[in-house]
Amino acid sequence: MADLHVELVAADRNVWSGEAHMVIARTKSGDIGIMAGHQPLLGVLESGPVTVRTSDGGTVIAAVHGGFISFADNKLSILAEIAELAEEIDVARAERALERSKSEADAAAERRAEVRLAAAAGAH
Amino acid sequence: MGAQLRVYRRRIRGVSATKKITKAMEMIAASRIVKAQRQVAASTPYADELTRAVTAVATGSNTKHPLTTEAEHPARAAVLLVTSDRGLAGGYSSNAIRTADRLTQRLRGEGKEVDTYVVGRKGVAYYAFRDRAVAESWTGFSDSPQYGHAKAVAAPMIESLLTDTAAGGVDELHIVFTEFVSMMTQTPVDRRLLPLSLDNGADGAADGEGAERRKGEALPLFEFEPSAEGVLDALLPRYVESRIYNALLQAAASEHAARRRAMKSATDNAEDLIKSLTRLANAARQADITQEISEIVGGASALADASAGSD
Repeated sequence: MADLHVELVAADRNVWSGEAHMVIARTKSGDIGIMAGHQPLLGVLESGPVTVRTSDGGTVIAAVHGGFISFADNKLSILAEIAELAEEIDVARAERALERSKSEADAAAERRAEVRLAAAAGAH
Repeated sequence: MGAQLRVYRRRIRGVSATKKITKAMEMIAASRIVKAQRQVAASTPYADELTRAVTAVATGSNTKHPLTTEAEHPARAAVLLVTSDRGLAGGYSSNAIRTADRLTQRLRGEGKEVDTYVVGRKGVAYYAFRDRAVAESWTGFSDSPQYGHAKAVAAPMIESLLTDTAAGGVDELHIVFTEFVSMMTQTPVDRRLLPLSLDNGADGAADGEGAERRKGEALPLFEFEPSAEGVLDALLPRYVESRIYNALLQAAASEHAARRRAMKSATDNAEDLIKSLTRLANAARQADITQEISEIVGGASALADASAGSD
């Protein structure tokens, strides 16, 4: 199966890069799965988990908060202001953040915490 | 001990204490340059990808967007000046300020009004002292900027870009910061961020374009999700933020490099001063000893003369 090259970059660092079969991300108009040979695409991402099915059969899940997905020449870039791999997410801290955001009625923070927890849950 | 000698010794002690401080500051700055450089390098992939995406949308679609189209009669421009919060960095801040002044002159010459935005306490103090109006200013993060800071700085500028010129909005966005060329060279530069100009060779967007053309391959025809306008709307603020973030990081690296150099020359000067003061102190000590000997010899011979006279 043909592979595509994936770069997952946050504003301040390169989060993950490698070869993958398929990448699933959530854009403004719904979930999208991209495989090698897809039409060049530039989309706006919703905050949500991004799933990468790597060439060696593994799965990488990352929590991505806002950003873009761009695919051209068999190279896929996911640009996010904040992106964390599921392994990096501190579940206890995200749960605390969720509690706090709920009590403060901070919808944006609540969404962030939920995305983190969903990504962390997907990986375990 | 002679009075002169005591004065010299005191000055040597004072200069040595200053030298210790400048030496410490030099070493702190040197270690922070490395960290700042790493941050610049870490932010580059994001900025590059974003620039490529912006170029793709700007050239690959016929979308008209206030952030990409040049106004027919640009009447107002925003200038963001990046300076340091602390001094003791040689001419770092004043060079950046001078570049901003030149840019402001040029823009005024072209008949545009200029809104100035300032980052860093030194720039703020300069404008406050001269009673010049500043649209907005930020301080407190010049030596280690985070992405959140760049977001905060970008927000009011993007807002005023989207406002109509008649309602006080701006048509152009320029940024003045000190580019980190190498450990020894940092140059203050002014860049126009928006509207995007694809012929400006120094600009990152233009670089991406040029590279694309050099390779002789056409830009792929993109599919936009949800729409070209929607993507541009979301993309351009991020683009501005990322360019400002990159500028802040480069400015931070330059600030540390400038401070290291300034502190190194201060330390060298202190060493020279200590050396010449030590020589003077030695001469004064020698003069004291010579004087004492001649006093003793003089006293002894006077005594000898007196006792010879009484015989």
